[in-house]
Amino acid sequence: MKETYYNKEDLKKFGEITEWQKELGDKFFDYYNSVFKEGALTAREKSLIALAVSHAVQCPYCIDAYTTDLLKKGVDEEQMMEAVHVTAAIKGGAALVHGVQMMNQVNDKLM
Amino acid sequence: MLKSLKRQNHKLSSPEGQIEVLDDAESINIPSFEDKMADIGFSQFKPTGIEIFQVNVGKMCNQVCAHCHVDAGPDRKEIMTKETMQQCLDAIEGTDIKIVDLTGGAPEMNPHFRWFVEELRAIGKDVIVRCNLTIILANPKYNDLPEFFKKHKVNVVSSLPYFTAKRTDAQRGDGVFDKSIKALQMLNAVGYGKEGTDLKLDLVYNPAGAFLPGDQETLTAQFKRKLLEYDIEFNDLFAITNLPVSRFLEYLVKTEKYEDYMHELVNAFNPAAAAGVMCRNTLSVSWDGYLYDCDFNQMLELKVNAPSHISEFDLKALSNREIILNQHCYGCTAGAGSSCGGATT
Ligand code: SF4
Ligand code: SF4
Repeated sequence: MKETYYNKEDLKKFGEITEWQKELGDKFFDYYNSVFKEGALTAREKSLIALAVSHAVQCPYCIDAYTTDLLKKGVDEEQMMEAVHVTAAIKGGAALVHGVQMMNQVNDKLM
Repeated sequence: MLKSLKRQNHKLSSPEGQIEVLDDAESINIPSFEDKMADIGFSQFKPTGIEIFQVNVGKMCNQVCAHCHVDAGPDRKEIMTKETMQQCLDAIEGTDIKIVDLTGGAPEMNPHFRWFVEELRAIGKDVIVRCNLTIILANPKYNDLPEFFKKHKVNVVSSLPYFTAKRTDAQRGDGVFDKSIKALQMLNAVGYGKEGTDLKLDLVYNPAGAFLPGDQETLTAQFKRKLLEYDIEFNDLFAITNLPVSRFLEYLVKTEKYEDYMHELVNAFNPAAAAGVMCRNTLSVSWDGYLYDCDFNQMLELKVNAPSHISEFDLKALSNREIILNQHCYGCTAGAGSSCGGATT
């Protein structure tokens, strides 16, 4: 197998992190499962947020996992792409809003 | 038009070819389904009682869906004769079997279909027809099917894998979504799926790819909302898992998704779903009159462990038979379970 930093198979091994620190690992997974349960937000809404965040943190494991999860939940392509545009808008906006800082600096430096 | 695997002389068109792939559990490192069932106390798996008599009246179909476990299509000529239908009627008349579930192919293409429905109703059976929707528009002679169904109070169960054209057509063929919408509107127009009528219109959802169906209730709510945009109403939605049989198996193998999919099924094994699989209350009959535990075993030609032809129908022996299990059965026990009536838990 070609060696890469990210390996698809590794996602299945996620649970193994508890083997080296059981208490914290168990707490994390317990918390994780509670987060994604139906609550004030539906499980479907939470998965869409997770998809958007996965793109923001650019985690290939999360992108695979939540795309599949959303397919199972019957979400369509357009809805998924809109979620990714939310990521892009926030990330793009976050970059651009710093343009104000650049402008401040320029204004400060120039006569 | 696409060809059936049989017409292509594909290796996976034969039951032996499919079983060879399925039986090799070792190389993909999954437990045998029989062992898995034995682990949860089902070392002998028997019916709970026969309530549903599912008749596959033939493999002929106007569509060639990519996932079809029947390998149906216009090039399939195997259809049930009137004599075999009569044998079915004789076998179940007067028994406690109340529901007859007609499937295919497109069951309506069998020239004796309407006669069979009338006779089944005459002996007091409730009739389900698995209608692919597009057949209603395929030829003027089928345009009055909604009226026919209504007259005989048939429960219409229709496949619609998704509420968008893109995903539906990718699985079922170009233009299928638009025709299905039109057919659903025709069924609604005679009262099917409408509140206040006893004309039941159910939909079958199955994933358009190598993933499991999600929660049936959530999917139902989405389908109801989306189809209302086309003024379509329906009763229930059955979320069905694609089993690794025939064309869906071929798709998995061809796209190298077989191993991952089987792992997903095995990981989602649910003992509660296992107890409620449909072979426990269903019997399946093939176009040529042979008896099977379910439509999937029929396609794999795994005949029942009892006198196996409709001409030698023995309800007592069939009720006590041991069900034949194989690796494809993991599809029925994954997640919320899957049957012709949707989730089983
Ligand atoms: S899935 Fe149904 S409609 Fe599609 S080819 Fe098979 S029998 Fe015909
Ligand atoms: S595939 Fe058929 S025999 Fe196997 S569990 Fe499902 S219904 Fe039963």
